[in-house]
Amino acid sequence: MTLQLPSVHYLAILPELITIGAAVVLLFAAALSRGRLDRMVGTVVVASASVATFVVAFFQWHDIAQHGASTTLANAVVLDGFSVVATVVIALGLLLSALVAHDWLGRESMTGVEYHILTLAATSGAMIMAQANDLIIIFLGLEILSIGLYVLVAFNRRRANSAEAALKYLLLGGFASAIFVYGAALIYGATGSTTLTSISYFLGTHVLTSNGILLAGLGLLIVGFAFKVAAVPFHLWSPDVYEGAPTPVTGFMAAVVKVGAFAALLRVVASSLGTQAATWRPIIWVLVVLSIFVGASVALVQRNVKRLLAYSSVNQAGFMLLGLWSGTARGVAGTLYYVMTYTPVVIATFAVVALVGGLGDEGHSLEKYRGLARRQPWLGGALTVLLLAQSGAPFTTGFFAKYSVIAAAVDAGGVPLAVLAMAGAAVAAFFYLRLVLSLYADGAEEPTLTQVPVASGTVIGFGAVTAIVFGIWVSPLASLAHHASLLFLQKP
Amino acid sequence: MHNVWWINSLLLVPLLGAVAVVATRRVPRAAYGIGVATASLELVIAAVVTLLYSWHNTVSASCGAKVCTGFSLLTTEDFAHRWVLAPSFGLAYDVAIDGLSLFLVLLTAIVVLLALLGARESKHEAAFVGWLLVLMTATMGSFVSSDLLEFFLFFELTLIPSYFLIAHWGGKERSKAALKFFVYTLFGSGFLFVGLIYLAFSYQHAHGGDLTFSYLVLQHAAISHSAAVWVFVAFAIAFGVKSPIFPLHTWSPLAYAEAPIAGSMVLSALLAKLGTYGLLRYGVFLLPQAVHTLQPYLLTLAVIGILYGSALAAMSKDMKRLVAYSSMAQVGFIILGVMSGSSIAITGAVLLMFNHGVITAGFFLLIGFIEKRRGTSEVTSLAGLQRPAPVLAALFTVVMLASIGLPGLSGFVSEYLVLIGTFSTHTWWAVVATLGVVLAALYLLWAYQRIFHGRAEGENAEMPDLSHRERWIIAPLIVLILFIGVYPKPVLDRISPTVNHHVLILQQNTVTK
Repeated sequence: MTLQLPSVHYLAILPELITIGAAVVLLFAAALSRGRLDRMVGTVVVASASVATFVVAFFQWHDIAQHGASTTLANAVVLDGFSVVATVVIALGLLLSALVAHDWLGRESMTGVEYHILTLAATSGAMIMAQANDLIIIFLGLEILSIGLYVLVAFNRRRANSAEAALKYLLLGGFASAIFVYGAALIYGATGSTTLTSISYFLGTHVLTSNGILLAGLGLLIVGFAFKVAAVPFHLWSPDVYEGAPTPVTGFMAAVVKVGAFAALLRVVASSLGTQAATWRPIIWVLVVLSIFVGASVALVQRNVKRLLAYSSVNQAGFMLLGLWSGTARGVAGTLYYVMTYTPVVIATFAVVALVGGLGDEGHSLEKYRGLARRQPWLGGALTVLLLAQSGAPFTTGFFAKYSVIAAAVDAGGVPLAVLAMAGAAVAAFFYLRLVLSLYADGAEEPTLTQVPVASGTVIGFGAVTAIVFGIWVSPLASLAHHASLLFLQKP
Repeated sequence: MHNVWWINSLLLVPLLGAVAVVATRRVPRAAYGIGVATASLELVIAAVVTLLYSWHNTVSASCGAKVCTGFSLLTTEDFAHRWVLAPSFGLAYDVAIDGLSLFLVLLTAIVVLLALLGARESKHEAAFVGWLLVLMTATMGSFVSSDLLEFFLFFELTLIPSYFLIAHWGGKERSKAALKFFVYTLFGSGFLFVGLIYLAFSYQHAHGGDLTFSYLVLQHAAISHSAAVWVFVAFAIAFGVKSPIFPLHTWSPLAYAEAPIAGSMVLSALLAKLGTYGLLRYGVFLLPQAVHTLQPYLLTLAVIGILYGSALAAMSKDMKRLVAYSSMAQVGFIILGVMSGSSIAITGAVLLMFNHGVITAGFFLLIGFIEKRRGTSEVTSLAGLQRPAPVLAALFTVVMLASIGLPGLSGFVSEYLVLIGTFSTHTWWAVVATLGVVLAALYLLWAYQRIFHGRAEGENAEMPDLSHRERWIIAPLIVLILFIGVYPKPVLDRISPTVNHHVLILQQNTVTK
């Protein structure tokens, strides 16, 4: 008996190979070198890996344009426009958060490259999720991502908060993973496959006389994902974990985890379970409304900026789910555009938070932000732009992100949901604007100047500039998202 | 120069001015100088556009049902030129000026310049001037947009500078006022946003092609009557908050009273017009099918607004609140004209938008001058100002009489047109609304009596009169009030062709229904 190995299309899995490879290289270098490696080594390796991923993505895009979307590794991994764009966004998130972490590690006098190894590994998990065409592979990616993050959240051993947050994240994340696996098992039971395309094919060609198992599996899968993207009512871990985790890690979580989880969620729910839309739409509807409103209204009363941003990201997750709710190609493109524009903005925002937090990563009360823009116009101005972009102000990418998902919802017949979402956006805009206003207020109690190192400054500048430039020059990102279609989900 | 560049420069000039202000913020007094220079240049451009605007070719056989623009040097093709920015989003840059927007563009330029000159704030001056110029761009953009999504972008953008103007430079309760203003408006515009997206998709589903928000295209969106009514209602909520129309007005007295004088001027003279203008262009003219159904309700709300606003104005103890409520009554007249369906009344309403802007800007400037001298705008703590400040009293009288609608002053012309036009289509609403004219005389004269007559004591007796500079600032407004009051023809000639053209379509729709 010979073992039949599946054919491998190496170009498709090159981004994962690069990130894992970079992690392994760093691991060996750290083990073999005398003394501890300088953090600069880690940053350089991460940056090279990200840039290599961008280059690979360019070839992948070209490949898809010529040969169309394809699957490889026994249909377990897919290469389509959507996965390429999601991979690029994930790599961008990795690069930006590594730059933020570079300064943070220096400030906290941490040497070594462990941090970078962990982010590289976690990133590869997110990339796997974006490309997975099989529930098992999604689970694999999810676990690689999560295990890396459990350690990263606890990374600051000098803070008890950090360990506490990691424990919370570990326990709840473990539950979520278990729920996800259970859901995947039930789907397998109902359809006879874990491959997404086979599930889609099966559901398209068969009529289930009793679909209880399928529905239960679908529900559990959605719950598992909802935990990961912190959608209400599965968001309770996020404020504590966001607050407790080292700030660069928080930025990484807010961006990379969201991209990975949403990529997989869209692929599973909108594409392969698209035939069951009548079942999952009401569930997503509730998640959207709750996330938007609970996120926005609880954020109003927060006194800690990291908690505030945690609820803000819950609110944003609600909008991202809105694109999923519509379930159309326009909705998928809308959510993709949303995460694409949200990633640099949210990482840059947390970069500011990390800087203002200062040594020990403790100064996160809103008081610290009073008059920031008066003392440091550039830093304050950049934060103003970043917050306005998140609130969806016109002429920023945030506006078009909201527009793209709202338009998709209206197109799919969800006018009431769109109206509700806009009302939630109004509440959310208020707390962003209130924070902005305090940046320009007079009379800070203890005015301290925040040092802005080069790497973090670059990230903050990048976030603010892209938010405005692509908010005015809308076309490139919009058409990118528009053309990055999911396999098997055709344009209308 | 290509003619569209006149309009483009209306948007670019204040924006570049704002950038220059931010860039030179460390240079003392530079911000103010740049601000005034920018606003003056803007006014020159707006004046040139107003004078060049020719009404002769507006409604001609050649222009037909396609593109009807009234820009004399401009052929219709110039406006057919749309610059599509993002096809998948339907985003485009598309600007035009017609009889509806022409005088609002001019008004914007006038009011912002006078606000800078007459209601200067010395605290953080660069930021103040910068926000005011950004607000100018946003307001101009809203008026010249010929695309719904573009309009919405500018419409939303007005919120951010106005929020900061109120929240930073306002009175004691400024945070509350700014919050209320912001949340109300944003809730309203949510409906507008969803409504216009719905409209664009209805068009796309019916006709195919790329998603588009073009005003000229969407005018031909064949949506069902009930859908048109719902979209109209959604738009009316957004514009009703901004105008404000009763019962969505509750944010406005606080915001007008707590905003700095420049903020109140911009809010009442310009941003309120965004609401009424939006209702006219994107409600009545874009969705004519729905007008007939909703006419009675909106007319009734307009009449309630007139009477209720007048009653509240009579009760106000603060001058700024008084003007805020009187604005609400005036906006009631505008809405009455807009919804009446008569071309005379709509022309009057468009003129009233301009006149009301001039008059309230004058009111707030004068109140600002009093406040600067006396530190208060409470009616009860002012008395007998006529003796120490006769020029101030005289100018206040002119503005007040224009607001009441005295023949020979600008307010009369527009109110007369609105009432006579409405009378011909909706008699009883016009009859009740006429009471508003009487009430306006009542509350304004009463307030005048309390402030300017009687014996001046203490600080009131010592109050200095207007300086030469202040007189010159008010002068252009007085000239406009008198000019339009006596000879409104050049203004009406520019407004009515556009209105007539649209009303014709409106009537065809009503007949076929």
